[in-house]
Amino acid sequence: MSVIYVDNNATTQVAPEVIEEMLPYFSEFYGNPSSMHSFGGQVGRKLIEARAYVAALIGATPEEIIFTSCGTESDSTAIWAAIRSYPDKKHIITSRVEHPAVKNLFEYLSKNGYRVTFVPVDRQGYLDLDYLYNNLSDDTAIVSIMWANNESGMIFPLEEISRAVKEHGAVFHTDAVQAVGKIPIDLKNIEIDMLSLSGHKFHGPKGIGALYVRKGTKFFPFLIGGHQENGRRGGTENVAPIIGLGKACQLAAALLKKDITRVKELRDKLENELLKRVPNALINGDHKNRLPNTTSIAFEYVEGESILLMMDEFGICASSGSACTSGSLEPSHVLRAMGVPFTAAHGSIRFSLSVYNTEEEIDFIIEKLPPIIERLREMSPFWKEQKSAS
Amino acid sequence: MWEYTAKVKEHFLNPKNVGVIENADGVGEVGSLACGDALTLYLKIDENKLIKDAKFQTFGCASAIASSSALTEIIKGLSLEDAKKITNDDIANYLGGLPKEKMHCSVMGRDALEKAIVNYLGEAQKKVEGEIVCECFGVTNLEIQRAVRENDLTTIEDVTDYVKAGGGCGNCHENIQEIIDAFLGRERPAVKKPPRLTNIQKIKLIEETLEREIKPALKKDGGDIELVDVDRNRVFVELRGTCAVCAKSQITLKHYVESKLRELVANDLVVEEVQS
Repeated sequence: MSVIYVDNNATTQVAPEVIEEMLPYFSEFYGNPSSMHSFGGQVGRKLIEARAYVAALIGATPEEIIFTSCGTESDSTAIWAAIRSYPDKKHIITSRVEHPAVKNLFEYLSKNGYRVTFVPVDRQGYLDLDYLYNNLSDDTAIVSIMWANNESGMIFPLEEISRAVKEHGAVFHTDAVQAVGKIPIDLKNIEIDMLSLSGHKFHGPKGIGALYVRKGTKFFPFLIGGHQENGRRGGTENVAPIIGLGKACQLAAALLKKDITRVKELRDKLENELLKRVPNALINGDHKNRLPNTTSIAFEYVEGESILLMMDEFGICASSGSACTSGSLEPSHVLRAMGVPFTAAHGSIRFSLSVYNTEEEIDFIIEKLPPIIERLREMSPFWKEQKSAS
Repeated sequence: MWEYTAKVKEHFLNPKNVGVIENADGVGEVGSLACGDALTLYLKIDENKLIKDAKFQTFGCASAIASSSALTEIIKGLSLEDAKKITNDDIANYLGGLPKEKMHCSVMGRDALEKAIVNYLGEAQKKVEGEIVCECFGVTNLEIQRAVRENDLTTIEDVTDYVKAGGGCGNCHENIQEIIDAFLGRERPAVKKPPRLTNIQKIKLIEETLEREIKPALKKDGGDIELVDVDRNRVFVELRGTCAVCAKSQITLKHYVESKLRELVANDLVVEEVQS
């Protein structure tokens, strides 16, 4: 059975070009980029090239890029750097819909001497900006707001937020793991101090991330060790994945120019057709201001894990905001923060597309999913009540 | 991804006995949409008190649907007396086991069966007995005690896996631990805990502490503070006088007001400023 992969916000297929670029650096070219000999030196030159590709994709300069092991390390590095650089400031701000990489660190800090403001979102997933601004003060060490949400796909107005944050002299960090490679980002035009990105979210390998640190931003290393990354992140460079990340950034730059429109058209087709064919289905989030590849659809009166496992029988890979899939008993914190009612949150399915999806695949999902929902609803004690009530 | 047995998959993908029995002799409903799973069980019982037919409707994950299907297969043809003896383990075993985190699906099956039998016998549906411990999922101390006793549960996570209690906000973890400890005959560790306060006691104590300890200290510097509201562990205050315009007021709030309230009222209080 072939796999139809529409779970690209979880991880993506590594681009064949990326694999090809990396392979020699797992075998032939095993030198240490820090070495004095030319065998290592040639690897070092390749890293310079990769750093330039990463910088170019987000409108940064190469010396503003630090390679890390993943998005989570980038987030932790940024947040701890701000906190250690401004030890007298005891207030920090984030949103209620962050990825656990940020959310759980802020919750930890809230129990360890920090006052934390969690900015709420409304039913469509828009941030309550007034709430954010009213809570900003000169005691605020860092504001960390994701660029785009992994579940709803909602894109947040970072440019506007950055102006307010800078007025109060706080550090502005963004977890852009879901945005990089999917929407254009140009840090020349927007005052962000630190930005996290992750390779495997846009066709690079796993185990590689990067942190952008704007020139002049106070910094404190998270991994203290050798001189690598200009002393900002100890540890021998993860050579092949760094080269892979560079290649992925180069590919993404080209993709953003043309292919992303096609991805958006496929997403829109999937969404529109499913909403048309399945009654009691609704979008979590707003139609506007969303990542072009993401849709989160709530199918009322059915449970997400059941939907996923029935789709799995057809090789369709998606994910769910339902409680049962996560091992916790409550639906995702993002859907709860948005106030999605329980009738809908438990049956929410996220489809996240990539440039590798074809129209045939989307048509296949459109054909297979509605009968699954219908079958599960026929089994549900709530569906008949709902039908007879309406 | 959950490691489901082939039997769970089979009963999920092709569940047996889905549907409604019109004029059922016994109906048992458990769970809710909010909880994420729910089961309605219908029984047809003949004059010899044999279960002639059983059907179900379930909203929930794969293991909830499979557990419901298994339950109906197990009880069909049983006498009422034998059906009463069915445990959640019988359901899980029929399916070749369930992931630990999914055991509550088998408990849901057992509960629905009990309710359907009570309904058949015409006994008044038992009111919720005991006291609610887990507010998120509406689980009582008696239900937790029973799960601990019947399944040899020893940790809070175990209890969550079996009856869901403690799987939401986590505020009841201490109470669950007490129930487990009481069952195991364990002594509570001899940490002296401040007595738990009712909300009214807590608010009164916060007010007293503000008046007695905090206001006088702030007034020395020309400042003042008013209590606006208390929501669980969050204390909302308004700063007045010089405090209201002082750049260091946040530090005062956290380092002085909050630590004083934590010391004298409850150690989980969080002080937040509201602006009028």
